[in-house]
Amino acid sequence: MTINEIQDTIIGEFSLFGDWMEKYEYIIELGKSLPLIDPAYKDEAHLIHGCQSQVWLHGEEEDGRIQFTADSDAVITKGIIALLIRVLNAQPATEIAHADLYFIDRIGLKEHLSPTRANGLASMVKQMKYDAIALNGKTKAS
Amino acid sequence: MAFREEIAVRSENRFDLESIRADFPILDRMVRGNPLVYLDNGASSQKPLQVIEAITEYYLGTHANVHRGVHTLSQEATDAFERARRTSQSFLNAGSAEEVIFTSGTTEAINLVANSFGLRFLGEGDEVLISGMEHHANIVPWQMICARTGATLNIIPVEDDGTISLEKYASLLTERTRIVSVVHVSNTLGTINPVGQMIRMAHERGIPVLLDGAQAVPHMKIDVRALDADFYVTSGHKMLGPTGTGLLYGKMEWLHKMEPYQGGGEMIERVTFEKTTYAPPPFKFEAGTPNIAGFIGLEAAMQYIQRIGYDAMRMQEEKILQYATERLSGIKGVRLIGTAPEKVSVISFIVDGAHPFDVGTILDQQGIAVRTGHHCTQPLMDRYCIPGTVRASFAFYNTIEEAEKLATSLERAISMLVA
Repeated sequence: MTINEIQDTIIGEFSLFGDWMEKYEYIIELGKSLPLIDPAYKDEAHLIHGCQSQVWLHGEEEDGRIQFTADSDAVITKGIIALLIRVLNAQPATEIAHADLYFIDRIGLKEHLSPTRANGLASMVKQMKYDAIALNGKTKAS
Repeated sequence: MAFREEIAVRSENRFDLESIRADFPILDRMVRGNPLVYLDNGASSQKPLQVIEAITEYYLGTHANVHRGVHTLSQEATDAFERARRTSQSFLNAGSAEEVIFTSGTTEAINLVANSFGLRFLGEGDEVLISGMEHHANIVPWQMICARTGATLNIIPVEDDGTISLEKYASLLTERTRIVSVVHVSNTLGTINPVGQMIRMAHERGIPVLLDGAQAVPHMKIDVRALDADFYVTSGHKMLGPTGTGLLYGKMEWLHKMEPYQGGGEMIERVTFEKTTYAPPPFKFEAGTPNIAGFIGLEAAMQYIQRIGYDAMRMQEEKILQYATERLSGIKGVRLIGTAPEKVSVISFIVDGAHPFDVGTILDQQGIAVRTGHHCTQPLMDRYCIPGTVRASFAFYNTIEEAEKLATSLERAISMLVA
């Protein structure tokens, strides 16, 4: 599926929930089931700055596509990362770099986050795009 | 009947929660489909109509710049502004109105003292003593001034229950200690520090004391002369007043010795390009046009508090604190941070297996406003080895029902967050 197809699927899923408590329940479940990151990547180099809770992100390139793993000490944050990974994982690096992540607004996530959390979300997206560009550059150079 | 009890009974009779809540229209609003339960009073209190109206009326009918014009409006504005200073003086029981400096808040007040006192009295090898439960506003200004003067910052450790040991405090008062700057009431823990005793112990060694009263003034009558504090600082916006207002009380003997920390209009006596002489206190510390409307609003806030009475406020807050403490400590997985015997109505807690931000987010979904995070006390969080807490801080306009709503909403949050 393309990035936009996945985003549309998520928008569809979220439209089924009655209220935001249900949406949060879903996000929390996603957070709890986020695959574990290799503990070696939970270091300062993989820490995303701009998040109030701690978030570690690791990207790896494979045939021009980027695989992400991540973790956080806050489960809602983990759930949000899980959504981002679901949308961007295993997508071509250039598409990640240019992706317009409209699902965040469309599911109403942004307005339900505190400003600090919204900033954190923006930092996460930025880091995923940077990783994609950097990893893509590395392959081309080698 | 003891005098204090008698006052308490009288206060109770006068305390009408419903009519008090009607003075705070914001308490009626809805948040995410639920009635607002505002338990973030430690960050900033809500404002009664009396304060909002005082500001509006000032702008509608009186506004002009103060201390400048001969015209009527300027005189009326100056009178109102200086009346607010006299009200502040009696509110804190300062010796004179000139000992009350208007600042933008506690943060500016501490920066003012750190700079004006620090540059005059601190040098290489001197010591500044603060506690381990200080707000960043009572840490960073001193760190900055220590870096400039070569002084050292010493820290009174915090005990497990969130108190200060007077023995350890005594051992940190040395012949090089030039000032003690401690929090009267901890914003994170709610602890009421034994500041009267701490001041006496410092004064025995001739050391002046600054008290950070930002979290004290919303809850208790402050008498700076009974405390014998050298400096007392507080914020208006935590005690029903507008943001951007703060009070700095300083003993005149110190204010005379200190140089101004900002220069500009209003603070001078005579300016030439060669030399400037300063106006006497408080004006030499108030450069630029002040927050006139803010202090007129703050005066209304102080009058509101005086009308309700601290005894009555305290009684309501104690009731809620007791209820909430019992209720929350009965919830599995909840651990209270800060269990000092002497506390104001602040409860900080963590939930096993759940991040404070997550708890705060789910509480917010249910209409409950609490503070989450490190509360600008990162060293204190490090001391307890936690990333932050959830803090419910109650005001006299809160209700037992709201404390119960916090508890049930917290139970729901825990069931969602903790697997």
